[in-house]
Amino acid sequence: MAILEAKKLTKIFGDDPKKAIPLLEKGWSKEKILRETKLTVGVNQADFTIESGQIFVIMGLSGSGKSTLVRLLNRLIEPTTGQLLFNGNDVLKMNAEQLRQYRRKNIGMVFQKFALFPHRTVIQNIEYGLEVQGIDKKKRREMAMESLKLVGLSGYENSYPHQLSGGMQQRVGLARGLANDPEVLLMDEAFSALDPLIRKDMQDELLELQTKMKKTIVFITHDLDEALRIGDQIALMKDGSIVQIGTPEEILMQPANKYVERFVEDVDLSKVLTASHAMEKAETITIDKGPRVALQFMRDRGVSSLYVVDRSMKLLGLVSAEDASAALKEAKGLEDVMQKEVPVTSPDSLLNELFELMGGAKLPVAVTDDTGRLRGVVIKGAVLAALAGNGNSLLDGGDSNESA
Amino acid sequence: MNLPKIPLADWIETIEKWLENNLGPFFDIISAIIGGTVNGLDDVLRGLPALVIIAVFVVLAWFLGKWKLALFTAIGLLIIENLGLWGPTMQTLALVLTAAIISVVIGVPIGILCARSNAMQRIFTPLLDFMQTMPAFVYLLPAVTFFRLGVVPGVISSIIFAIPPTIRLTNLGIRQVPGELVEAADAFGSTPLQKLFKLQLPIAVPTIMAGINQTIMLSLSMVVIASMIGAQGVGEYVYRAVTQGRTGVGFEAGLAIVILAIILDRLTQKVVQRTEKQS
Repeated sequence: MAILEAKKLTKIFGDDPKKAIPLLEKGWSKEKILRETKLTVGVNQADFTIESGQIFVIMGLSGSGKSTLVRLLNRLIEPTTGQLLFNGNDVLKMNAEQLRQYRRKNIGMVFQKFALFPHRTVIQNIEYGLEVQGIDKKKRREMAMESLKLVGLSGYENSYPHQLSGGMQQRVGLARGLANDPEVLLMDEAFSALDPLIRKDMQDELLELQTKMKKTIVFITHDLDEALRIGDQIALMKDGSIVQIGTPEEILMQPANKYVERFVEDVDLSKVLTASHAMEKAETITIDKGPRVALQFMRDRGVSSLYVVDRSMKLLGLVSAEDASAALKEAKGLEDVMQKEVPVTSPDSLLNELFELMGGAKLPVAVTDDTGRLRGVVIKGAVLAALAGNGNSLLDGGDSNESA
Repeated sequence: MNLPKIPLADWIETIEKWLENNLGPFFDIISAIIGGTVNGLDDVLRGLPALVIIAVFVVLAWFLGKWKLALFTAIGLLIIENLGLWGPTMQTLALVLTAAIISVVIGVPIGILCARSNAMQRIFTPLLDFMQTMPAFVYLLPAVTFFRLGVVPGVISSIIFAIPPTIRLTNLGIRQVPGELVEAADAFGSTPLQKLFKLQLPIAVPTIMAGINQTIMLSLSMVVIASMIGAQGVGEYVYRAVTQGRTGVGFEAGLAIVILAIILDRLTQKVVQRTEKQS
């Protein structure tokens, strides 16, 4: 279900900003409008839909308008034109009081430089949003403590922000944003000021929190790795316009234009692509078949081994041509000769986690889902092809595998 | 230059007359408030034994600062007492405190208004410049016309001269609150008043206190001038010593003012430092 929906949402800075609207509709560039009218295009006719429970990443370099765009969503910056719907209600038509209620109850925010109030303790910071709603002291303290616990900072409630490290301060920022339990959390470059290791921890924790709490998160970043890591959907911005919206895979594999292509060309694909992207259809045989059938299958399909599965495709083991021949001579079943120790991984594992697994083993890596059913197989050649960015064929391959 | 002289002096005097004739009751109310405050403070300060007042100041100094400030306060006030200037010094203190309190009561809200509206700031900035640079003697005259001789016009002219730092620094303190904090307060749905009282004023307190400190110092510098229109106190002693050419007496009275100034300055500075530490 769509929770936030933007239609031609636009922000122009300068005197008489409406003047630039027809020019934008004519397709004038940001530069040309600035030259001719002295008006600065902040956000140019942004169209997007954010689904409930999604992490929606808005990515772009500095000056691309991403911080402006996120501020249009809670009207910290007033949009010039366009439409913004929250659960179907028009946010831009709200009066001052309705807007305050929307900010208090529906949409929280976490800031790049934390923006904690220096004269308030950690717990007073977290309960700020509850305090302005007029929730009584005891209740709001309870709620704030709950939120503090969620970010793992219990025990620090009476510290002042300046006594905490950057990472801890941003946890407080996050707790403050979550305290009034908003449906949507806006995070404006929330982790950009943190050093890389802490940043990665925070990303992990955010993902964990999101799984637990099912918040809709709008996450602003200039860091592609971060976007790919946490985003369900990524909107890539340039000069105030959204250039492409898609899943991380779509952005990487089907860049909409040269700009996106250049943006993503340095990405370490092994940290983005998963086993499901590189896997191929696995040749299988059900366990009730005999060794003679197995050998026939191998001959027909031109392979030297088969995965042994039960009728529900649950992976049981692997049988090679030698194994099958031996079984035939000794009149045994497949069950007796198959190798039960097979390298296995899940469809979501990143390729870079597979390197070690694949380097050591002669066998390909089987991909099984969490019920143990065989989904496909990853061979070395396919991994290399995926890393080489052999995009479209791979995506197609991935899709057909999933349907198989 | 054959152009006729602009009759500015006539205009001003016409305005003065008009105000005197039409706003008399209004000035009487102001006069009653200011006079009442000064006299009330004066009654307390001079009604209690000098040693009690000294003890109160020393404890305050001890509490806000360290033993050094407490020691200086004790010695300084005892010197004033010893010079026989206790009474007039307390009268002066009553005048200065009244001017400072009224300056804060009027100045802080005006500073807040200036911080919230650029138009207000544009109106007040030249006005404050004017108030601070116009020689203080000049507005003694209308003050006397409206409020007659005595302590009230002295307080009024002290306020006019001393209020600008409180207004300016309140304005500055609020405007200096980092934009991202204001944004955060907005993002969580604060009303303008919640934002003012929960964020902007608390963060601006050290700056506002610095303004109040300057206001106190400036109103203290007005006491000699105020004594010329009948405000009693230690300023009167200085003024009399000057007109009678008695250097020794003048020096004694001047020293009392200096001691009072240093004590008030250090005490308010300690308050500034404390508020800074908190934020």
